[in-house]
Amino acid sequence: MFSPNTGKVVKVGIAQMDVVKSPDTIRTSGLGSCVGVVIYDESKKIAGLVHVMLPDSSLSRTETINKAKFADTGIEALIEMLQREGVQKFRLKAKIAGGAQMFKFASDNDTMRIGPRYVEAVKKELKKYGIPIVAEDTGGNSGRTIEFDPDTSKLMIRTVNQGVSEI
Amino acid sequence: MSHQNINSLHLDVLKEIGNIGASHAATALSDLLSKKIEMRVPKVEMITFNEMMELAGGPEKVVVGIYLRIEGDLEGSMFFILPVEQANRFIQRLLQDDQFDFRNNASELGMSAMQEMGNILSGSYLSALSDFLRLKVYPTVPGLSIDMFGAIISIGLIEISRVSDYVIVINTSISEEGLEDTEMKGHFLLLPDPESFNVIFNALGVG
Repeated sequence: MFSPNTGKVVKVGIAQMDVVKSPDTIRTSGLGSCVGVVIYDESKKIAGLVHVMLPDSSLSRTETINKAKFADTGIEALIEMLQREGVQKFRLKAKIAGGAQMFKFASDNDTMRIGPRYVEAVKKELKKYGIPIVAEDTGGNSGRTIEFDPDTSKLMIRTVNQGVSEI
Repeated sequence: MSHQNINSLHLDVLKEIGNIGASHAATALSDLLSKKIEMRVPKVEMITFNEMMELAGGPEKVVVGIYLRIEGDLEGSMFFILPVEQANRFIQRLLQDDQFDFRNNASELGMSAMQEMGNILSGSYLSALSDFLRLKVYPTVPGLSIDMFGAIISIGLIEISRVSDYVIVINTSISEEGLEDTEMKGHFLLLPDPESFNVIFNALGVG
């Protein structure tokens, strides 16, 4: 979809995560209020992406936890996955996108204003691990498809109305 | 009730709910447009979030989406999803303006007409459902978004994701006369919150 590349595109679904090495790229499609968190090592050209649905695993009422669903467990698990690939934690940086408010409502209903809360939760978790956020494209009212290229450390973002941009 | 305990009788009940709700909504749409609208037999599926994202042409497919929350005895999310071309034709017909296009500077008038259409259709779907189940159901004012299907539908999955990794969706597709065999289909999607399934089954004596 974005730039021509010799590697394959690894797709990450909602509440899922994965890790890629250059020349492969990693993508998630149709982010709304959810947040896409990319954590990467620039020198090793390795990157992980998690597509989180909920801010905090304490909200879960399921018996088993899908870690990639929550900002706290998702980011923790993604860092572990990256470490298994041989990256060092202090080299990690992050780029994040998503957290849109897809519908405008007159009401004060909490579920309608989740986007900004999710972004805050993600930032809090990254701060906990000392991972700097190099760039972000969050908030607004548009859905996003994002793709990260570990070779260039660029995150491409496509929206329906504003076309493709790069952070 | 956990999702695993849902049997074929329960699925039939949910299908019937989709049938009653969507047929009222399809009739309302048909009256609104003075045009024949065909409705398919509803599908009830228990699917993963990612299967849900693929439902109306994939997460990146641009659609016109109406979304509202249902509150009261029964809680959940409801979506009315239309392919952009189909939504364009509906609004063009409603406004007698064949230039209207959601992708190209959609007019305020067209946007509010779409919002109102969402209001009328979801109202008829839910009032039929409320009468049938004898439950109080209060819809919120519908919101409208023209965007990627995945970005739109995920708002309905978030509430469910607290308690489950699966969603039960009552999906009824509609099409215009003459276009039944094409991909040009609108969808009424009802996603009851997991706690509300027992309410539905108890209301119909199949708990």
